[in-house]
Parts: sequence; C-alpha cells; structure tokens
Amino acid sequence: MRMLGSDAILRSLEAEGVEVAFGIPGGAILPTYDAIARGTTVRHVLARHEQGAGHMAEGYARASGKVGVALATSGPGATNLVTPIADAWMDSTPLVCITGQVRSSLIGTDAFQETDATGITLPIVKHSWLVQDVGELPGVMKAAFHVARTGRSGPVLVDVAKDVQEAELDFSYPDAVDLPGWRPPAKVHMRQIAAAADLVARAERPVLYVGGGVLNGDACDELREVAEVGRLPVVSTLMAKGAFPETHPLSYGPPGMHGSKWANWALNKADVLVAVGARFDDRVTGKLSAFAPDAKVIHLDADPAEIGKLRRADIPVVGPLKVALAALASEVGRLRASDGAGPVAWLAQLDAWREQFPYRYDPEGDYLKPQAVLESLRDLTAGRDDVVWTTGVGQHQMWAMQYLVCDRPRTFITSGGLGTMGYGLPAAVGAKAARPDATVVCVDGDGCFQMTCQELATSVLEGLPIVVVIVNNGWLGMVRQWQELFYDERFSQTHLTHQVPDYAQLAEAYGCAGFTVSDADELDDVLEQALACGRTAVVDARCDPEEKCFPMIPAGAAATEIVEFSQEAVEAR
Amino acid sequence: MIKTLAILVENRPGALARVSNVFARRGFNIESLAVGPTERPDVSRITLRVDCADASLEQIEKQVHKLVNVLRVTELEPGAAVQRELALVKVTAPPDRRPELMALADVFGARVADLGADAVVFEVVGTPDVLESFEELVRPHGIKELARTGQIGLPRASARRKARRQHVLR
Repeated sequence: MRMLGSDAILRSLEAEGVEVAFGIPGGAILPTYDAIARGTTVRHVLARHEQGAGHMAEGYARASGKVGVALATSGPGATNLVTPIADAWMDSTPLVCITGQVRSSLIGTDAFQETDATGITLPIVKHSWLVQDVGELPGVMKAAFHVARTGRSGPVLVDVAKDVQEAELDFSYPDAVDLPGWRPPAKVHMRQIAAAADLVARAERPVLYVGGGVLNGDACDELREVAEVGRLPVVSTLMAKGAFPETHPLSYGPPGMHGSKWANWALNKADVLVAVGARFDDRVTGKLSAFAPDAKVIHLDADPAEIGKLRRADIPVVGPLKVALAALASEVGRLRASDGAGPVAWLAQLDAWREQFPYRYDPEGDYLKPQAVLESLRDLTAGRDDVVWTTGVGQHQMWAMQYLVCDRPRTFITSGGLGTMGYGLPAAVGAKAARPDATVVCVDGDGCFQMTCQELATSVLEGLPIVVVIVNNGWLGMVRQWQELFYDERFSQTHLTHQVPDYAQLAEAYGCAGFTVSDADELDDVLEQALACGRTAVVDARCDPEEKCFPMIPAGAAATEIVEFSQEAVEAR
Repeated sequence: MIKTLAILVENRPGALARVSNVFARRGFNIESLAVGPTERPDVSRITLRVDCADASLEQIEKQVHKLVNVLRVTELEPGAAVQRELALVKVTAPPDRRPELMALADVFGARVADLGADAVVFEVVGTPDVLESFEELVRPHGIKELARTGQIGLPRASARRKARRQHVLR
C-alpha cells in the first residue's frame, strides 16, 4: 500500500501488536505525530519529559512482558532518552525507541536540534538504525522489535530522518527478519543439563541464585518446578523479586549489599550454586573472590557472554531459560525420585538463620520510621494479587526489597543495574498503562521524586492513577548513610530538607490527592485512604532523617563481613 | 599478549564503530586494524590486533559476536594462520648509501616502490615482526616517513578449524 514513512511507522507498530507508546513530539518527529493524529490503534501517552516517557515504556515492558515503545524528537529529545536507554540496557528491558532526526541533507551539519543519536547511544543499545531511505523503514521496524525481544532482551534505537517520515513508499510489513548476524542461542545442550542435574542432586548445600533473566525469559513457572522437585532454596536478587513466590517456604529472599543475612550466608556456605539469569553483579557478590567460595557453579543464561564474565562456570548452560529450566526440572525430578527428600539439613539450617537474623530496626524515637511505612504498606496489601510496586533508587528501594512481599512475577519494578533515581514514578505510570486494573504503588524517596515528579501531570491527565508514597527523610538518604559510615559524618550536599517542597501541596497543584503523615499512629489510615482514593495520590511520609539501612555489606567486602543493625549502638549514641 | 581476531561483518555504516567500541570501553588499545572487502560484496573483514590476556579475549570475542552486524569472530593463531602486513618506508638515501640499503632490502624481499634524489620508498610485506626488523635495520639511515596497512590474515588452507571459535556464516 502507498503511504508516507510516518504512517509506515504507525502501521509497523500496529503490526507488532503495540498497544501503547509513550513520548513527546518535537520538530524532527512532527510528521510521525501527524500520522498519530490521522489515526492509529496505538494509544499515545503524552509525557512531560522524554526521560519520563522512556521510564514509562520500561515500566510498561516490565509489567506486561511486552516490548516498551518510546517516541522523541531529535537533539534534546533523543539525549533525554539516553538515561532510560542505559537503564533498559543494564536491566535487559525490551525497549524500542523511535527518534526523529534532522533531514538527511542536514545530517552532519550541526543543524538545529541535531545530535548523533545512534552515536551517543552506541554502547548502550543492542542495535540501532539511522534510517535515511524510506524503503528500509518496514524492514528496520521489524528488525528492531525482533532484536529487542529475542535472546537477552534489551533496548534498540530507530533514528528516522524527517524527510524519510515525509517520503512515500509501498508499504508491506515483512514476515521475516533479515539479520544474518543475529542468532541468539535457541537450543540448550541436554548433556549440560544432565551434568547440572547430577551436580544439583548430589549437592549437600545447593542454592538457586535467581536474577532478572528469569522474568525476561518468562521462565518463572519452570523455576518453581525446579525448586520444588529438587527441594532447592531460592535466593532472588532485587531484579528477580516476585519471580518466585516470596511466601513460598523455599523462598529465602534477596542477597547482596542490603540483602538478608540468611540469603548472603546461604550463598557463602553453598557447595553448589545454580545461577539462573543472574550476572554476579558487584552489589550481589561484594568481594568477588570471597563470593560463594566453596561452591561449584552451574550458570544458566540466555546470553553466552555472561558465562565466565565474572565467575567461572563449572557447568555453563546457554539458551532460553524457559527451555533450560524445564529440562533441568525434569532431570532433577528423575534423580530426586530415587534419592529422596533433598537437602533437608541445609534447609533446616537456612530456616534457623532466618529465625535468628531477621531484619531489625528500632521502632522507637521521635520520628516515623521508614521501615514502618513499608511494613504498613505490606500489611495493608497482604493477600492482594492486584498490586504492582515500583521504586526509585536508594534506601527506600532497599527497604522495599526487604519488607514488601511479592508472590507474582512482574509486580516489583525497579532500576537495578543503572540505579536510576527518578525511575519509580514514570515506571509506575507505564505499569498502570500495562495493567489498568492493578493498584500501582510507587515507593519513592524524596530525592528521587524530585527528579521526575512532573510526570504526575501525565498520570492525572492520561487517566493512569498511581499511588506515590514518598519515604521522605529530607536527605539523599543512601548517600547520607555512606557519608555517616565511611566519610566521618561529613554530610556534604545531601540535605534536601523536609519542608521544601511541600509534597502534598505540590500533588494538589498537579490535580492529585496529597497527604502528609508524620505520626506512626496515623500511618495506616493515611495509606489506606491513599490506596483507596482511586485518584493519583501522593503521600508525604516524613521519616527519621538518620535512619540507616541494615544489614549492609560494605562495598568490596565479603558476605561474612555483613554489618547488622545494632540496638546497642543506637542506645550508645 | 598480542592476539589477532578476524571479524566478518555486514558491510553497513557503523559496523566498524560498534566493533571498535567493544575494545575501547574496556580500555584495550588496538595495535592494528585492517578493514576491507571479502569474497562477498555484502561482507567486510576486520582484522584486528589487540594486546590482552586469554580470559579477556574470550569475553571480548563473545561481546563482539553478540553485535547484530557481526557474522563471525575467529582468533587467528600464529601457526594456524597466514598473516601478512605491508609497510611503506621512506628512507633517506643519498647515492653513496644506496648500495647498502639495496642489499638490506634484498634480504627482506623489499621492493623499491619509488626513488627520489635523496630518498627511496621501500615496500615490504611480511608478518609484523618482519616489518619491525626491517624498520630497525633501516632506521640508522633515517626514516622520513612510515606507513603500515595493519595485519591481515586467513586460516591456513591446511588448518583444521577449531570448533569453539567457529560461528557459521549463513
């Protein structure tokens, strides 16, 4: 069919089954926005900043399992997408970013709003295309979605010159991609699976160390099968929270810098570590040479380049995790049928550690405790299967990881690898677009909130109501914690104050419901009102500015050097 | 340790930048780089020499192979590959020094590519080691300018290909 390049972009999105796209128009993408006005089944959500649009697309992708789509203009539009692209790269979130580019004749001339978008994003995309020939557009769009979602998922960029959007072509959407160099592993070596199963079945202290790849690989059911047939304890990283039900008796919570002592000890004492879609990130391992020092490692990953990147794998298994875990479950099940109950003593030891070393804090004091806010949110939503959490980055994120309970995949959406402050609020808007029936709650910090709070307007005007709970300690809390512990309490440039802005008033200015709470006795009431109000709500929970997040493994230290909350230390102050 | 990688890429804009970025972001200095056409018009060959350890090389090979435009990555191991580089060396050569230079060139199989009043341009082909030896020997005469193509290579016609490093070109 004869049509304009701009219409071809929309027809391509429709052919890919895209329901929602997030973006902001501007000069070089105007023709494509004109095509949106001409009519499309794609819902466009108008953000207030391209970074917001990008994080919304990420939140949408994480909540739905589909590819997120963000649109922006050239120059500053494209550079504002760089942070979400980097974030999606680090957390393997499938994302297609479409940016306008200046006219082909102007490319390379420092034209108005020209930046080299494909150049700037080169190290943080799976692939990118600069489209200067309208005939290439359908093939590029097809390839972009294919690359974003296959193998280890991640972001791609399609940069389309303005004259290409205005040019005519005979459009037909290709059925197949022509990418001779893109062939992610599709099969799993069964011999490796058999060897892995044998090692797992013979292990005395096995641990499943599970990362976000399990969610990206849609392999949560298969993971559960492996854990249950093998009676294997599951330690889930921040990115995998909810991939395995947290109320399951075999769930042993998060490892890492602010993970539980029992999860870290489980990894430290393990004799066989089954890493599943996890990448041995430094925030999980601490000192790499002291991480799981006695363990043989079985590493299952969709990405061959992750194998042996940081930790040598004794048994590497490359391929789709859904296939690999299903095969592993069946092999382990077969072996367990003859060898019985699994690592009973080891599980009892882990249960004992969990009893002995729970998350602790001092509930007393003049201020509301941030942990109490998370506990209250957890209790108010207990048993509900329609709650999706998002977070920013920092102390509140770590408390959310520790205290919230997620039993379902894709219900905890956070910025892990890049650690992008300001991610939570726009990600929540995107998640709400993916799951309109869910209650979407962004647990945010006051520092994070101020980085992207303009997207409250998007939430209100697009009919995507979310609840934002600001764990407001008036500081850049995690930075303050490091300054207190490692920089002799020199609090350099971390004090934001409790007073400015008045978050409830700010919320009301945006047409949201605003709440302020600083009294522990009122906490449940206020949160309940916010959760039930049906509008976009912002709760300013004014918390203890000095509260620190424990336990903590100092950067570069071993799991055995974990620092716990100490009541004595608090009383000595 | 200096390693040589042969990388077959789709002949498209940006392919070289994507490959070189994999090395640059890890702080590896590329010793030499040669890019040119292959037996297929849609495929280019990048031959790249880089100083890195075995473990780093394996990681980098995997990262390069993940690039969408990359069709095949092969390590060219000395002994199992034919490797050549061409150098052009402009050497100060007043008439009285020429016989000595010509004798030297003869040993290396270097050809005179151009001859001027007081200088000669030698063209020499060999492995990087051979080119370096030639360079050292003519240096006392005064090297005015020097250009090298960067090494290229192919697995030997007689060599058995190593399975691990092979990624079949469709």
